[in-house]
Amino acid sequence: MTTTLTPPGTAPAAAFGQLVRNEIRLAWRQPTSLIGGLALPAALLVIFSLIPTFRLPQAGLGGFSPLDLYVPILIGFSLAMLALFGLPIPLVTYRELGVLRRLSTTPVPPSWLLAAQGVVQLGVALAGLAGILVAGAALGTPAPANPAGFALAVVLSVAGLFPLGLLIAAMARTTNGASVIGRLVLIPMLFFAGLWWPRELMPAVLRDVSDVIPLGAAVEAIQDSMRGPFPTVSGSAPLLVLTGWAVLFGFLAMRFFRWE
Amino acid sequence: MTTHSSAVEISHLRKTYGNLVAVDDVSVSVAEGEIFGILGPNGAGKTTAIECAIGLREPDAGAIRLLGLDPHADRDQVRQLVGVQLQASAFPPKLRVGEILDMYRSFYRHPADVSELTGALGLAGQRGKFYRSLSGGQRQRLSVVLALIGRPRLAVLDEMTTGLDPQARRDAWGLIERVRDRGTTIVLVTHFMEEAERLCDRVALIDHGRVVALDAPDRLAAGAQGGKSVRFVPSGPFDETLLTGLPEVAGVQRQGQHVLVTGTGDLVNAVILALAAAGVTAGEVQLGTPDLEDAFVALTQQEGAMA
Repeated sequence: MTTTLTPPGTAPAAAFGQLVRNEIRLAWRQPTSLIGGLALPAALLVIFSLIPTFRLPQAGLGGFSPLDLYVPILIGFSLAMLALFGLPIPLVTYRELGVLRRLSTTPVPPSWLLAAQGVVQLGVALAGLAGILVAGAALGTPAPANPAGFALAVVLSVAGLFPLGLLIAAMARTTNGASVIGRLVLIPMLFFAGLWWPRELMPAVLRDVSDVIPLGAAVEAIQDSMRGPFPTVSGSAPLLVLTGWAVLFGFLAMRFFRWE
Repeated sequence: MTTHSSAVEISHLRKTYGNLVAVDDVSVSVAEGEIFGILGPNGAGKTTAIECAIGLREPDAGAIRLLGLDPHADRDQVRQLVGVQLQASAFPPKLRVGEILDMYRSFYRHPADVSELTGALGLAGQRGKFYRSLSGGQRQRLSVVLALIGRPRLAVLDEMTTGLDPQARRDAWGLIERVRDRGTTIVLVTHFMEEAERLCDRVALIDHGRVVALDAPDRLAAGAQGGKSVRFVPSGPFDETLLTGLPEVAGVQRQGQHVLVTGTGDLVNAVILALAAAGVTAGEVQLGTPDLEDAFVALTQQEGAMA
């Protein structure tokens, strides 16, 4: 059956606060998001900093050190973990267990639980971002040269990636299915985002692919905003790519998402 | 909104899944303040009918009014006024009981006294327990508490006491009676004849997607076929025609050393007098009057034979 998104009903607004509070507790007790979105990327940055050559500026990298390049890559890594696992896994589990069905008999529409989950994942994303920037600053990587552009790039990266998580939640029937799809999508995305091979060193053909992949565009946008003036007309391509993915994934997720 | 005296008004409800007709043609009216039971064999369409009634499924045909409201068009109002316990429902395994209770309580504008509900169902000391560590019976009791936590005007309970031990079942019955006494209408799907006889003002017997009987439990039972029975151990051998010749007797059956006589009217006296006249006494006499279970079996078999 299908249930449509209902406007806020007669449930007291405090109910949403209770939903968020319980989702935070669950995120703490089952810390997949906290590990993938916060602890792991910050830890990777610290580990990479222990490789001596990673801290030396290189001409081939535009005068940046490999560690500098890993700051935007790991921000993208954090967002991808939250979008591909943090967001869809609880939703699919709730649907599988009947939590959403039970909720739909109460004054609170199941869409509130989705929104609460989104709030929590965004919170972890912000914490992860702060963690990476703080660790980066402590290790001597430059702060974003253009804070407003940086914020815009991060917001559009979230907008391009989170609906992909909802689409996974729409396609997967079981928690296991969602995590398999998540992993199948994650590995190539991380490759094209430059986790193993920074975009600067990719052959042109791979880099062209990277430019149009959501996570590749996200890393490119965040990196550009960290280096200098951004967004510029000539450099706005990744923002358009992210916006396009946001619209496409958002439309497909809304079209195919099932509460039951 | 119009005035209304029925809590539930269902007319000509029909729901099919492909070729399977789950609910054929169900019409039921439940008065406010009533405890209304829905009985029927597995797969009779009880749960589907209930899920259509509360707006969880879209019926193919028929009209539904809950407290005078349309469960789809007036969704939000209906959700505030109607508490539901589903047969299969679950909560996040790593939430604590108290956290689930506080969350569900916050959904309603006029919530109930949670400690009274949890106390009545033996969950008072369980607030700190994770949902995943609750036993099946505790989960079931929590589910009943959550159906009543919004102080609903109508509570719909699907197999409320399935999986509960006899004491917990009686606790639940007591709670339902108290909640009804405060004005809540109760609709309950049940498998337990004892539960229907004890709690329900009226029961609808559903079979093959139709209401095959609808009456007070004792009147349904009285109308059951088979009538009375006497079971006894005779003191010595006797000729069965001695009993089968009596007008009150419908059948005589040997069950090991026991004899089971079924019939109508003043069956016991007729049987004992006829035996005494032949010099046989009846020991360990057990009397049977028809109950709801007999009515259930009789009515659903009848329906099955017709189909």
